[in-house]
Amino acid sequence: MNIYLDLFWTFAKMGACTFGGGYAMLPILQREVVEKKGWATDEELTDYYAVGQCTPGIIAVNTATFIGFKYKGILGGIIATLGVVFPSVVIITLIAAFLSQFDQYPVVQHALVGINAAVVALIASGVVKLGKTNLKDLVSVGVFVGVLLLAQGSGLISIDSSTPLGMLLSLILSPAGLIVLSGVVGYTARRLSRLAKGGEGT
Amino acid sequence: MKLLLLFYEFAKVGLFSVGGGLATVPFLQSMGEKTGWFTNAQLSTMIAVSESTPGPMGVNMATYVGYSISGIPGAVIATLGLITPSIAVIIIIAGFLQKFRQSKTVDAVFYGLRPASTALIASAGLSVAMSVFWTVGGSAEHEIALHWPVILLSLVIFLAMQHKTLKKIHPVAFIAAAAVVGAVFQF
Repeated sequence: MNIYLDLFWTFAKMGACTFGGGYAMLPILQREVVEKKGWATDEELTDYYAVGQCTPGIIAVNTATFIGFKYKGILGGIIATLGVVFPSVVIITLIAAFLSQFDQYPVVQHALVGINAAVVALIASGVVKLGKTNLKDLVSVGVFVGVLLLAQGSGLISIDSSTPLGMLLSLILSPAGLIVLSGVVGYTARRLSRLAKGGEGT
Repeated sequence: MKLLLLFYEFAKVGLFSVGGGLATVPFLQSMGEKTGWFTNAQLSTMIAVSESTPGPMGVNMATYVGYSISGIPGAVIATLGLITPSIAVIIIIAGFLQKFRQSKTVDAVFYGLRPASTALIASAGLSVAMSVFWTVGGSAEHEIALHWPVILLSLVIFLAMQHKTLKKIHPVAFIAAAAVVGAVFQF
């Protein structure tokens, strides 16, 4: 098959099978892009999610552009992104035109709860797999636990973002803020360990 | 002219919303107020439908809003508007990363980013779990009603995905099966 057609078709399949945020795409990406096609590694996939979360635009689109670009340059990035949004355009247009009460049907609501149960399992399984590649030492496990607690905990406390301190706090606790903070932690940890090693050597 | 404005408005959403699809909601609210294209009540319906249909939620919402304003051309234009800034920004960053792949600084930063990224994905999963595994409230004020069938279904799928032979089944098959189970047993 033509390379670009393959890229479009693969990402169109991914778009059609994603429910909710782009996170549910993860196990499908691992299967299709990492295992089947070899377009990226598990590690690269994590990098794309990391960058995709602190750059403009929604995660699913950002990740698609990343993988497409890595595989086939600028045109690849564009084709993969068009692929991932294509099913949305078709499905939503049909629903908006004919079934605007779509979410009110009981059968749809029941099916959706089932789908969400599957989405939880899919994300958990994707995380287990990524954890095996990304959580190898004390620092990475520490960052993982810290970010998970802060991300979940920030929903429980209410921050008054009208004060300067509150604004700063809610900025740091946002996904983008946590990503940037972790980058600083990673960089500092590497520097410190290199300094310690250098010290031993001299 | 309206289509041009639609493209511009959604390009702004794509440029300024960072993260998952829900991050676009505040931008869409202010777009509705400013242009009068849709009311907040209409937006709520669009969000509900976008969450319950295939496709990333942020893209679905752009398509839906675009369609409701200018039909099929509107749906296409709004979606293209949403993704254009992403494509531009990501291509620049990806090019930069490719160039500095070997740099020790970039490598050290990503050493911290990878576990954080994994944690945020886990956190998103937890949030979905909390929204379907139980409901708070009901007859007593602080009563928590656990939805055992949903928890069980999730657990079975997770275990199947770790199983030596069952994990060869495509993830999409699990989603489809779960939809059928949910509909048949009225979850």
